[in-house]
Amino acid sequence: MDVIETLLPGVGRRYEFTTSDGHRLCVVSTRDDHYTVSTYDSDDPDVGRTLFRLDEDEAVTMAEILGAPRIAVKLADLSREVPGLASEQIEIAAGSRYEGKTLGDTQARTRTGSSVVALVRDDQVIASPLPAQDLESGDVLVVIGTSEGIAKIRTLLGAL
Amino acid sequence: MSVDWALAAAVAPGIADLLIEVGAVLFALGLLGGLARRYGLSPVPLYLLTGLALGEGSAVSLDASTGFLFVGAEIGLILLLLTLGLEFSADEFASVLRHHLPSGFVDLLLNATPGAVAGWLLLDSWTGALVMAGVTWVSSSGIVARVLRDLDRLSNRETPSVLAILVLEDIAMAVYLPLVAVLVAGGGIAQVVIAVSASVTAVLAVLVGSRHFGDRLSHRLAQAEDEQVLLRVFGITLVVAGLTTLLDASAAVGAFLVGLALTGQAAERSRALLSPLRDVFAAVFFVSFGLSIDPSTLPPVLLGAAVLAAVTLLTKVITGWYAAGREGAGPRGRMRAGLVLTARGEFAVVIAGLAVASGLDGAGPLTAAYVLILAVTSPVLARFADDVARPFMPKPAGA
Repeated sequence: MDVIETLLPGVGRRYEFTTSDGHRLCVVSTRDDHYTVSTYDSDDPDVGRTLFRLDEDEAVTMAEILGAPRIAVKLADLSREVPGLASEQIEIAAGSRYEGKTLGDTQARTRTGSSVVALVRDDQVIASPLPAQDLESGDVLVVIGTSEGIAKIRTLLGAL
Repeated sequence: MSVDWALAAAVAPGIADLLIEVGAVLFALGLLGGLARRYGLSPVPLYLLTGLALGEGSAVSLDASTGFLFVGAEIGLILLLLTLGLEFSADEFASVLRHHLPSGFVDLLLNATPGAVAGWLLLDSWTGALVMAGVTWVSSSGIVARVLRDLDRLSNRETPSVLAILVLEDIAMAVYLPLVAVLVAGGGIAQVVIAVSASVTAVLAVLVGSRHFGDRLSHRLAQAEDEQVLLRVFGITLVVAGLTTLLDASAAVGAFLVGLALTGQAAERSRALLSPLRDVFAAVFFVSFGLSIDPSTLPPVLLGAAVLAAVTLLTKVITGWYAAGREGAGPRGRMRAGLVLTARGEFAVVIAGLAVASGLDGAGPLTAAYVLILAVTSPVLARFADDVARPFMPKPAGA
């Protein structure tokens, strides 16, 4: 998808794109981190009709809602582009040896060579989780590595 | 409280008068500004009118505060230019230069020419022509930016071209202001060349420098408390403005350079911290300009100013029409761009103020009348741009 970015000197930036059903959407971000989302008129295609405005906090919340589920998908896309690199999502099963332990306890990186790049819990995504990150059953780990490495980490995490 | 007043009056006679006068003027401006905003107008013309009303021959005299108003006006000018410089970054300027330079030339050619002709005819001198060329050339970035926000036009197709024209005009001021300062003061060709090349060099040096060292400077400033940032930036600006005055350039240019030099977070914080200060002193600046004009000199220039306003309204509309057309906007967008640009305001007054300070008195009343006309009519016209554009619309099929 093409996003057209235009500089608004002294004001901020404008981003435009067309959705698949033909709507042209426009986001103006001003320097004080306020955002205006508008769509273009069918009568006068040069006029942006404001749909809503977001302040800094609201914009962050909005981005989280829209962005979080996308991270895992993006990672999967990324691994597809690099030959030999695979990505997989592994769930911590109830009763797993690592339930209630930390990510560091798994020593996944040392033992398997694969990296845990994100942790999805319910609808929340923790990107680049730290070794101190606790693990609960139902957590989905997004791992990246060679297919061998991923097979190993699956065995490791699946161990009861 | 009455004890304090008595003490103050006893310690420094005149202080009480000064406080009361300045306070009353600022308060009145506050009320007038509120009134202007309610009708979506710029407060600048009302500030000018206040100055005119309080000037020569008025019932109220501002004897005690003359000295303060004079210094306050100078600080107002410096702060206006500083905050203008803070609006730009080198990257933005580079991008505008790449994409919108032709619009800038059309703008200069179409809008400076009528002013130059009027200055030549009405003020009868080359310097008069040069001053009035600047007055009619430069749109008011303050009014235009405000109208664009108020009318919710930031996401419109034509808006980047409008903002680009403002940027080009404002940057061109760095060359134009020293040129005027030297010429009005009676300098020769050699001095003009020196002044202009010095300020071009300074602007380029500052733009390049801020690109390379801006981050470090910004980082330094970002760590300081608000109070320190305010004092440091304000202090440095006054020093630089003073130095450029010593060098016979305008103090305004020095302040503008300081504003350009600050980028990123440093610029953002300075903008936020200095804007209230700027609002106070800029109001003083506009009132002082009004005060410097004898109201009885206005009626004779009114017709000339009105004709000039009408002509340059048209030329600005053509400029905006051209600039927005390059962005691919339709007739209504092009008309909106043209009409919003017609506002002249603070810069016209800055230029005329410079001329009046150097003894070119005739530029004062002419500019005041001109700005009063356009600063009031232009935001109103901008609102009705779509109606004005109707005759230019292609006829709907089947009509």
